[in-house]
Amino acid sequence: MYVAVKGGEAAIVNSYDLLAQQRRGDVATPELSVTQIQQQLKLAVDRVMTEGSVYDPELAALAIKQSSGDLVEAIFLLRAYRATLPRLGTTRPIATERMALDRRISATFKDLPGGQVLGPTYDYTQRLLDFSLLANDASVAPERAPLPANIDQSDNTTFTPRVVDLLNREGLIEVQTPPAGDPAPTDITREPLRFPADRATRLQNLARGDEGFLLAMAYSTQRGYSHSHPFVGEIRFGSVEVEIEPEELGFPISIGDIEITECEMVNQFAGSKTEPPQFTRGYGLAFGHSERKAMAMSLVDRALRAEELGEAIEAPAQMQEFVLSHSDSLEASGFVQHLKLPHYVDFQSELELVRKMRSSAPTNHTDGLDTAG
Amino acid sequence: MFQSVYTARADADAQRSRADWLSLIARAPQELLESALSPHLDTPIEWLRRPETGLMMVQARAGGSAERFNLGEITVTRCTVRVTPAQSSVPLVGVGYLLGRSHRRAHLAALADALLQNDSFHAALSAELLRPTRDYLARLQAERTDKAQRTKVEFFTVARESSGAEADEREEV
Repeated sequence: MYVAVKGGEAAIVNSYDLLAQQRRGDVATPELSVTQIQQQLKLAVDRVMTEGSVYDPELAALAIKQSSGDLVEAIFLLRAYRATLPRLGTTRPIATERMALDRRISATFKDLPGGQVLGPTYDYTQRLLDFSLLANDASVAPERAPLPANIDQSDNTTFTPRVVDLLNREGLIEVQTPPAGDPAPTDITREPLRFPADRATRLQNLARGDEGFLLAMAYSTQRGYSHSHPFVGEIRFGSVEVEIEPEELGFPISIGDIEITECEMVNQFAGSKTEPPQFTRGYGLAFGHSERKAMAMSLVDRALRAEELGEAIEAPAQMQEFVLSHSDSLEASGFVQHLKLPHYVDFQSELELVRKMRSSAPTNHTDGLDTAG
Repeated sequence: MFQSVYTARADADAQRSRADWLSLIARAPQELLESALSPHLDTPIEWLRRPETGLMMVQARAGGSAERFNLGEITVTRCTVRVTPAQSSVPLVGVGYLLGRSHRRAHLAALADALLQNDSFHAALSAELLRPTRDYLARLQAERTDKAQRTKVEFFTVARESSGAEADEREEV
């Protein structure tokens, strides 16, 4: 139990000043602008938007600046700001098959119609420190001559079918369609999380969940804590239209585009009483270019489908309550870090208790010491 | 009130072309909105809804095709204006809906939407706002496609000689 304390106002205000100084660093160095963060720390911005659960690159960049680059703190700031804004409505479901693609790869099928496009990726870099960046070398790759072949301009904007659907002519991969009536999903920002949680609720939780936690959970499934043999069916990164249907208009309008990363994982599945042996699917989706997050999410999504698919629930990654209750960095960080706040009363009572226990059982105590020694 | 006026005359074509221009206006660079609307900035307007910024929940589908789920929110700014241009006595109602937090852009967007509904402004705005925006977006898209296509890759599977069963097994890892 936590008992509030009073006092310390002057020290706290001075601590704010020190925090501001720490953030600013050496004043002889030019100050970092929010635009610079937005432009040059894109992947940090994308992570803050995904886990802060608000798509707004400028706000995410501001949060990163304010938190001196502590992304979990930045996520906290963005979530806190989010709570001050009114909810204007809900968008129509984004159509990721109509994504304008910057990247699209498949690890399962080599010859995709439309081809594999690497886009910007660290995958094939050698992870050697690039000392030219130390010299603040502003030059980027020079513009190359135009592509010889005529590029079909509609190529990347039109409908690009999912790899998994394309290669499912044999029906060996599960088909997923909207349930009858296409019900609106529960919103965990409005209603408390209840167990068992349906897949839509789980996906919302995972989408805003901490990347590190999900990565570790996903990794555990690969190392044997749940039977999983996953393949990347497809990863896409690009931008999709946001469509809304304002009441006063009565027809849908498109109000802008957002960047998104999608991962479709396929897993071998031996079959159950009701389902034949086939490949099942796990799904990951994140704002911006957040590939590690989307991949981890898709593995955890699949592991959490254990009950639905009639698999034995044996590993932590398959346990909804374990995963969904511990995925949120705000909650986790808050509860762990609250331990630093003054717990004087709390500790005093425990101290009393231990003293009492000792005085009533002195012999046990010495025995314990002996065995330990 | 304006809803019924609008829906009464909203045949499918009019809806489609309005949806089309709204999607362009929402993506138009602010400088273009400012310059294209500069002759109309003095036109008196009446706010039916002042610019406000809020959040919309972005929905997606599990696996891209199954049940809907909430992905996360997005900042959206909206407003509604009523404009009665000097030349006409019919009031025009325009809406501005766009991503982000710019009240100014939402204001300009709503003004453009209102004026585009009047034939005497439509042609000029179409030429000065919609067409340049369409060109601008097409250029961005072409650049994007060009960059992506440069990284198009053909992976080849290296066929192994079937000399050792052990080697084949190792490959599976």
